[in-house]
Amino acid sequence: MTTARDTVLGRIKDALALAPARDVTVPRAYRTGRTLPDDERLALFTGRLVDYRATVHPCTADRTAQVLAEVLRERGARRIGAPAGLDEQWLGAYDGEVQQDSATIPAPRLGELDGVVTASAVGCAETGTIFLDGSPDQGRRALSLVPDLHVCVVDLSKVEVGVVEAVARLVPGRPTTLISGPSATSDIELERVEGVHGPRTLAVVIRTDA
Amino acid sequence: MSSTFLGMPAPPPRSPYGTGNLRGDRKFPRAAHDELRNEQLRRNLGRATRTIRAKRLDVTGELPDWEALREAGSAIKTDTMNRLPELLEQLERKVTEHGGTVHWARDGAEANEIVARLVQETGSSEVIKVKSMATQEIGLNEHLESVGITPYETDLAELIVQLAHDKPSHILVPAIHRNRDEIRQIFLKEIPGVDPGLDNVPAHLAAAARAYLREKFMTTTVAVSGANFGIAETGTLSVVESEGNGRMCLTMPDTLITVMGIEKVLPRHQDLEVFLQLLPRSSTGERMNPYTSLWTGVTPGDGPQNFHLVLLDNGRTAALADRIGREALNCIRCSACLNVCPVYERTGGHAYGSTYPGPIGAVLTPQLAGMHAAKGDPNSSLPYASSLCGACFDACPVKIDIPSLLVELRHQHTEQAGATAEKLAMRAAATVMKHPKLFTAAQKGAGLGRVLGGRDGKISHLPPPFDGWSDSRDTAAPPKRTFRSWLASAEGAATMRAAADEHRRNEKDGKKEEDA
Repeated sequence: MTTARDTVLGRIKDALALAPARDVTVPRAYRTGRTLPDDERLALFTGRLVDYRATVHPCTADRTAQVLAEVLRERGARRIGAPAGLDEQWLGAYDGEVQQDSATIPAPRLGELDGVVTASAVGCAETGTIFLDGSPDQGRRALSLVPDLHVCVVDLSKVEVGVVEAVARLVPGRPTTLISGPSATSDIELERVEGVHGPRTLAVVIRTDA
Repeated sequence: MSSTFLGMPAPPPRSPYGTGNLRGDRKFPRAAHDELRNEQLRRNLGRATRTIRAKRLDVTGELPDWEALREAGSAIKTDTMNRLPELLEQLERKVTEHGGTVHWARDGAEANEIVARLVQETGSSEVIKVKSMATQEIGLNEHLESVGITPYETDLAELIVQLAHDKPSHILVPAIHRNRDEIRQIFLKEIPGVDPGLDNVPAHLAAAARAYLREKFMTTTVAVSGANFGIAETGTLSVVESEGNGRMCLTMPDTLITVMGIEKVLPRHQDLEVFLQLLPRSSTGERMNPYTSLWTGVTPGDGPQNFHLVLLDNGRTAALADRIGREALNCIRCSACLNVCPVYERTGGHAYGSTYPGPIGAVLTPQLAGMHAAKGDPNSSLPYASSLCGACFDACPVKIDIPSLLVELRHQHTEQAGATAEKLAMRAAATVMKHPKLFTAAQKGAGLGRVLGGRDGKISHLPPPFDGWSDSRDTAAPPKRTFRSWLASAEGAATMRAAADEHRRNEKDGKKEEDA
């Protein structure tokens, strides 16, 4: 008996025989390898994030703990989640409760948290996008999705100018999430509403010297 | 046995007639007549398409290399189609290596059966769904319901459509034909336990949907999604979305079943650098959509631990076998062509009768499901649902030449249709135009056509067999006298003399200026 696999692959080969391919080379004349000085990259990234209604908090690496504590206090987050690999010092100034995440905690329980703090893998300034790739300091995907507040720490050194440069830094195969602003919908009369199913608030702490 | 082994290629079959959602029950002109009377629809659509058009132009204009990106996108897709067998086999191998299972489906019915069986094997009688064109195309929800499985759409617009027992009308914003008051009514009637004091503020309506769906996300163990891209090189699948409902479905359940058309494969991971620029800017007019998920098989301790990929043909190989029509498979479902189309803007998506409306739908639908001209198939009217203005070609991020494809499909349709009244009329016209005496006589005769014109001088209804013509356009009634009879009259002769005098004067003036 012929399997569906054989049939479909057979049909494709027949189709290509009936209508032979025209050879094509992919022209990659679009912009690649772009760079910008730190201050310009920071300004571009910040502008684009704010455009998407994220809040932006630039700081130097040695002030990470203070800035995170301030952001969490401002948002009234008393109980937060953190991935197991997050730098312990980052939450050194925070006086709320920290639940270290693990795969044994059922994902729906993450809804009980006020927020979550994660690091990030890559950034893209031109589109205001943050890439999470499931590394130990970013945790599993549900962690940055279920709580209503996501505070994300981004090192400016990991922020690339454009999509091309940012995608080149990804490690293929990792579960990767691209985030550009908080959850949003425009499904009702095209009026933008923030926060449908994902976090309603995205706060980005940019470490300008890390 | 597959025809390949015989060494004699046979044209691959279209999507089977009468299954799924690739065919309406009325021809486009008839359906459009009714839709055009819906003023609410036209207001919503007009506003929506104008808004998205403007946003798209803003963000594509921002990129100086936009045309180079389109060139690259187009070439990558063409290269993909050329190498489809090896790329699909590579994708299958990589997904399997990473702990996923790959299934192949010859058509929608087979895909539906595979998904239903996989859901039943989990013991769940509910699934949560990410917005997906492929599952809409094959009518998956209806099939799941028929075997006792309840599908929950989780995209806000798809939820509105599902709760209203309605059909999507736009690729990107499926409930664009509904306004806030209608949505409020739908929610009050259909969402269990909804606050009876719910008002029509979009933010409040979205919050009601959030509360309703959150419980589903937390408790449902199986999800079904489509895929925007499947990367052959790495086995990575991708879903592009805004609300986070996609992320919820892709990460919270134990089992994830993804239905992907075979044309959605991309060769390399690097190709994402092109399509992550082309897709969001073309579809929502954003620099980037809020959320994109990339996953590769199964990741221990993160997300669903069972992953199934269903690769769907359902007429795609038939499109591939057509030298010209193949180009339609390059479509990345961004909906830019809908938003610039003067026909879509006025009729809306339902008039097309297919999951794929608008310009690309008018091409893709007959490609996938056939036109069956002799049977009076509604799909045979779709290639004519266009003014051929070319705006769709300009807007398409992968440069699909939709107007040329429409013309080619019209040609195929008339070839299939045999001797139609229109064809006979055109042949008669050609004979007449070749013979000046006949032409003059015919023009005099045409003056009689004024009788058919109404008070507005338009002919809206012609008797059979010419109703095929008048169904889809109003025709101006012939003028009182022909150009030839006007030219032969004293008035005509005087006008022509005056024009000739003016021409001579201009020539003389021009010469004077040159001399000076």
